[in-house]
Amino acid sequence: MPYFIFLVLFVVLPLLLIVLYALQDGAGHFTLRNITKFFTDKDALSTFALSLEVAIENTLLCVLIGYPAAYILADNKLNRSAVTVVLFILPMWINALMRTLATAELFNMAGIPLGKGTLLFGMCYDYLPFMIYPIYNQLKKMDKSYAEAAQDLGATPGQVFRKVTLPLSMPGVWSGVMMVFMPTVSTFAISEFLTNNKIKLFGTIIQENINNSMWNYGAALSLVMLIIIGLTTLLQGGDQQEEVSGGLI
Amino acid sequence: MNAKKFFAKAYLWLVLLILYAPIAFIVIFSFTEAKSLGNWTGFSTQLYQNLFNGSMQNASGLLAAVKNTLIIALVASIVATILGTIAAIGIHHLAGRKKQTMTFLNNIPMINPDIITGVSLFLLFVFLGISQGYMTVILAHITFCTPYVVLNVMPKLRQLNPNIYEAALDLGATPAQALRKVLVPALRPGMVSGFILSFTMSLDDFAVTFFTRGTIGLDTLSTYIYADARKGGLTPELKPLMSIIFLIILVVLLVINIRQSKQQALNNKK
Repeated sequence: MPYFIFLVLFVVLPLLLIVLYALQDGAGHFTLRNITKFFTDKDALSTFALSLEVAIENTLLCVLIGYPAAYILADNKLNRSAVTVVLFILPMWINALMRTLATAELFNMAGIPLGKGTLLFGMCYDYLPFMIYPIYNQLKKMDKSYAEAAQDLGATPGQVFRKVTLPLSMPGVWSGVMMVFMPTVSTFAISEFLTNNKIKLFGTIIQENINNSMWNYGAALSLVMLIIIGLTTLLQGGDQQEEVSGGLI
Repeated sequence: MNAKKFFAKAYLWLVLLILYAPIAFIVIFSFTEAKSLGNWTGFSTQLYQNLFNGSMQNASGLLAAVKNTLIIALVASIVATILGTIAAIGIHHLAGRKKQTMTFLNNIPMINPDIITGVSLFLLFVFLGISQGYMTVILAHITFCTPYVVLNVMPKLRQLNPNIYEAALDLGATPAQALRKVLVPALRPGMVSGFILSFTMSLDDFAVTFFTRGTIGLDTLSTYIYADARKGGLTPELKPLMSIIFLIILVVLLVINIRQSKQQALNNKK
């Protein structure tokens, strides 16, 4: 079918090209030098470690702030208005660069020096809706009778949440984590704006290499990211994606 | 119970306040003339006037960027909607391993972060020797939009009674007529949300455009803002422009959602 050809040409082949370019030198000969260069490149390694750290912290922050919000939004007793839900997902639709620049200016105006703290808070602004939405969806879909049954059988509200609601909402949390974690590792531009170029994340290094025509090394760095994506997807079981983004509006 | 409700509401509003602070900031400072964000020099609609007369620095550059953004988003989302709908019908009729493979392939662009999509497509165009510009950006946008259309159309296909299409054929409709009169109306809600999703994603995209636009100086709003901010000092007229875009998106989303919940309420009554 035509869409299969389309996907092979524009999705599979490009990903294979990342592998191909990563394993070649500038003249097109096979080499492992790009890969070994990454593992001996102190700058790249420390940036990589920092990116993972920032991404983990940002994801945790988003879960901690986002889960209660999603929980309240999905609870009929606490929130009846559909408009509030729209207000929470609306920022996703606004140009991220512009929002980020405004956030950085807000920090400037408040006299907070740009650095790792502002980076984390700014990223959390940017990605919070992506965490809230899948969790909200999962909680909304959940069959309420499980929680009611637990209550009838004598569970305290805390127990109901820990033993029933939370486990049942985990697929939503995982989708949110996927939507926040990988994009955070790979952002460029956003991290530059939020730290006034002081802190580089992994995405920035990839972008610099590609833009300076060091395609092969850039491809090798992208390959590192691809491997992480593959691993996280496998860990998560892969096919939960399906329900999440469907019917975003 | 009331205290719980009060705290829940307070929490929601607090998070919303934080989420909207930067946006409110842009909107407020679009009504003053100062060059830099966060500098208030009295109320003025001068920036809005400049924006509409085109009497500002590099007006042609910003205007071209807005035009490019809209054209690319429109073309990419229309093509993605058509391609995605046909693809969804095709995938729906597959079974077993083939269906799994297609669903898996369709998921890849949605899992990939923008930068990987951007870099991989950049390498594809380099590899194939295609010079990059308008065409490659549109192709790239179609690539990351189509899977979302498939995702939005699939549930509608599952709800569809498979006999209806055949009934139309039995009653003498040509396949084209059956498609137009039976299939498309049934799938329309999924197609519309797929289209809107594609359109806004294309509108917002920065990373993929950045890598696939080549060196011909093609700018969309995102790449324009990026270059502008790196030069230091954002074009002040971007503030009113972003405020207007924000207002349009807000109205469109609210209208869609209110209509949807009314429809649901109606269905529930029946």
